[in-house]
Amino acid sequence: MATTAVPVPDGGIIVGKPKWRPLESEGNLAMLLLLPTIALLLMFIAYPFMRGILLAVTNSKVGVIGDFVGFENFARLLKDPIFHAVVYNTFLYTFVTTVFKLILGLWLALLLNRDFKFKAFTRAFILLPFIVPTVLACFAWKWMFDPTFSVLNWMLFKLGIVAAGAGVNWLGDGDLAMLSIMIVNIWRGVPFFAISLMAGLQTISPDLGEAAAIDGAKPLQRFWYITWPLLMPVTMVVVLFSVIQTFSDFQIVYVMTGGGPANATHLFATYAYQLGVGTGLLSQGAAVSLAMFPLLFGIVIFQLMYIRRVETR
Amino acid sequence: MSNVTIRQVHKHYADFHAVKGVSLEIKDKEFVVLVGPSGCGKTTTLRMVAGLETISEGDIMIGNKIVNELPPMDRDIAMVFQNYALYPHMTVYDNMAFGLKMRKFDKAEIARRVNNAADILDIKDHLTRKPRMLSGGQRQRVALGRAIVRNPKVFLFDEPLSNLDAKLRVQMRVEIKKLHQRLATTSIYVTHDQVEAMTLGDRVVVMKDGLIQQVGEPLELYNNPANRYVAGFIGSPAMNFADTMIEEVGGAVYATNPTMRIRVPEQIAARMGPHKGKPATLGIRPEDLHMASGADPEDLSFEAVVEVAEQLGAEIILDLKAGGSAMVASVEPTVKVKPQQKIRLGINPAGLRFFDATTEAAI
Repeated sequence: MATTAVPVPDGGIIVGKPKWRPLESEGNLAMLLLLPTIALLLMFIAYPFMRGILLAVTNSKVGVIGDFVGFENFARLLKDPIFHAVVYNTFLYTFVTTVFKLILGLWLALLLNRDFKFKAFTRAFILLPFIVPTVLACFAWKWMFDPTFSVLNWMLFKLGIVAAGAGVNWLGDGDLAMLSIMIVNIWRGVPFFAISLMAGLQTISPDLGEAAAIDGAKPLQRFWYITWPLLMPVTMVVVLFSVIQTFSDFQIVYVMTGGGPANATHLFATYAYQLGVGTGLLSQGAAVSLAMFPLLFGIVIFQLMYIRRVETR
Repeated sequence: MSNVTIRQVHKHYADFHAVKGVSLEIKDKEFVVLVGPSGCGKTTTLRMVAGLETISEGDIMIGNKIVNELPPMDRDIAMVFQNYALYPHMTVYDNMAFGLKMRKFDKAEIARRVNNAADILDIKDHLTRKPRMLSGGQRQRVALGRAIVRNPKVFLFDEPLSNLDAKLRVQMRVEIKKLHQRLATTSIYVTHDQVEAMTLGDRVVVMKDGLIQQVGEPLELYNNPANRYVAGFIGSPAMNFADTMIEEVGGAVYATNPTMRIRVPEQIAARMGPHKGKPATLGIRPEDLHMASGADPEDLSFEAVVEVAEQLGAEIILDLKAGGSAMVASVEPTVKVKPQQKIRLGINPAGLRFFDATTEAAI
C-alpha cells in the first residue's frame, strides 16, 4: 500500500490519504476522451477554414504571398457577372435537383416498401448509382451525352426525333448542359433519397395504414394524412443532407462540363477551383468559396429549425 | 341488422393453412370472443372480417350482405388494435375525428360525436393532447373512442388489452363490458386470455390450429367442454388430466390406473359402453378436489404428495404428484399441509369428465 494506513485498535477502520485518481472526475475523463477529436477538428477543419478566411482578405496568387487588401476580393465578386451567374446556377441546380430527387426517391421508396419477389435484391440494386465512384460514372455520362457518338442521340435518331448528323449538342449548349448535369445529379442522388426514405417508411407501423383504411381513408388520403406527416422528420434530414451536398457539388460539373460552355454551368465549387487553382488567383478563389458559406449556413439553420419544430410537434 | 355470418372460411398463405373452414353465426348485438393460443387463426379470422386480409375460400356476410370483395372502409366496421394504432401526429380529438372527416361529416356533428365519446370514456381533459402524452390505458380509451364515434355496425377488437398491465387490464375489461351493454353493438373480440374470454363474451369460440373447437356460452364451455383441449384451455388453474383404463366390475364402471380407482358416475357410465376395456382420459378441475375426510368413499378419492402449497388468501393452490402425473387442487384456506406430505384428495363426482384417449372428444 502506497498510502499510510493508520490502524484503529477496536473499530478496524483504516484512515488514510485517498489515492489521487484524476480520471474519476467526469470532467477530466470527458476532456481526455474528446482530445483526439478536437485535435482532428482543429487540424482538418478549423485551420483550413481560418486559412481560407486569411487568404480571402489578401491579394495572394500562386507564388506571391500577397498583402492584406480587406474586402476588395468580395467587392470584386459583387461586380463579377460570372459570379452572379454562379450564384443563380447554384441555387437553380440545388433547387431543381432536390425537388426531383425527393419526388423520385419517395416514389421509389414507396414502391420498394411493398412486398414483392426479389425485394432484397432490388433494394441493393437501386443503390448502384450511389456506390459507383462519381467520377467514373460522370465519364460514362459524358459519353452518353456526346453530340456525335452518344447513345442518347442514337436513340433520338432511331426514334425519328432528330435527323442524322443533327444530334442534340447536349453539353455544348448552355441550357442543355445545365439540364444534363442536373440529370446526372438526380440519377446519382435518387438512391440516397429512396433508401433513406424507405428506412423512414419502415418505422411507420403498418397498423396505422390499416386503421386509416378502416377509418375510410383512400390510398392517396392515407399517404397524405398519415404517411407523409409521419415521414416528415426523416424527409427533412435527408433534404438537408442533400442540399448541403448539392450546393457544394464539384465532381459532376468538373468532369462533365468543366463549368462551361462559357461559364454556363459553373457552381460555387467549380468557379472557386477555376479561379484559385486553375488561374492561380488563390485569394479570389478563396473569396468565392467563402461566399458560399453564409448562404449554406443560412439554409442549414433554417432547415434545422424546421426539423426541430417537426420533431417536437 | 348487424349480424355477422362466417361461412366455411379458409385462409391459405403461401405455405401455411391458417384458417381451415371456420363457420360462425354472430347475432345482432352479440359479443363474441374468439380465444385460442397464438397461431390458432383467431386474428386472421378477425382480419378477414375487417377486410385487412383476403378470404381464400368461403363467405363473410355483415348484415346479410356478402362483403368478401368490399374494402375495409365500405364494411361499416371499426377496429381496436393491440398496440392502439393511434395516429401519433394528431391530437386525441383529431384521432377520434379522422374517420368522420374521411366520411365527410360536417364539423358540428363531428364535434358532437367526439365530445360525446370523450364523455363516455372519460378522456375529455385529454382531447388536445398527442397520444404519446397519454398512459397506456388512456391510449386504449382513445382507440375505443375512435371506434365508437363512427357508430359502426360491428366492433372488432384485436387483443386490445394485451399491452396493459394486469391491474389496468381488469379495469378496462369491465369498461369494455359496460360499453357494450350501453351501445349494444355487435362485437367480435380476439384474445388469448381465457379469463377475458369468459368474462366478456356472450358466447366464446375456442379455436386451435385454424379450427373451431367449441362454441358456447362461457359456463357451457366450462361445464361441458366438447373435448380435452377446451377442457384444459378454459378454467384457471387448468383442469387435471389422468390416463386411466375403463373397467366394469360387478355392474359398476371404474376408471383405474396405478394410483387411483375412481367410480364413474352413473349418468356418464351409461355412455361408457363402447369405451369399456379401453383407455380414457379422466378430467377433474382443481376446484372439484378437496381434502378427503372419512366421509369420502374410497372410490372417489386418491392419494397424492404435496409439492408446493400456494397461499392465495381465499384459497390454497396445491401442486401435487399423484403417481406419475402432476395435479393441482384448490382447497380451503384453513387447510394446513407441508411439502412432501402425503394427503388424500376427495373428488366431487359431479365434476368428473372423461375424454376418449384417441379422439380426445368428451364422453
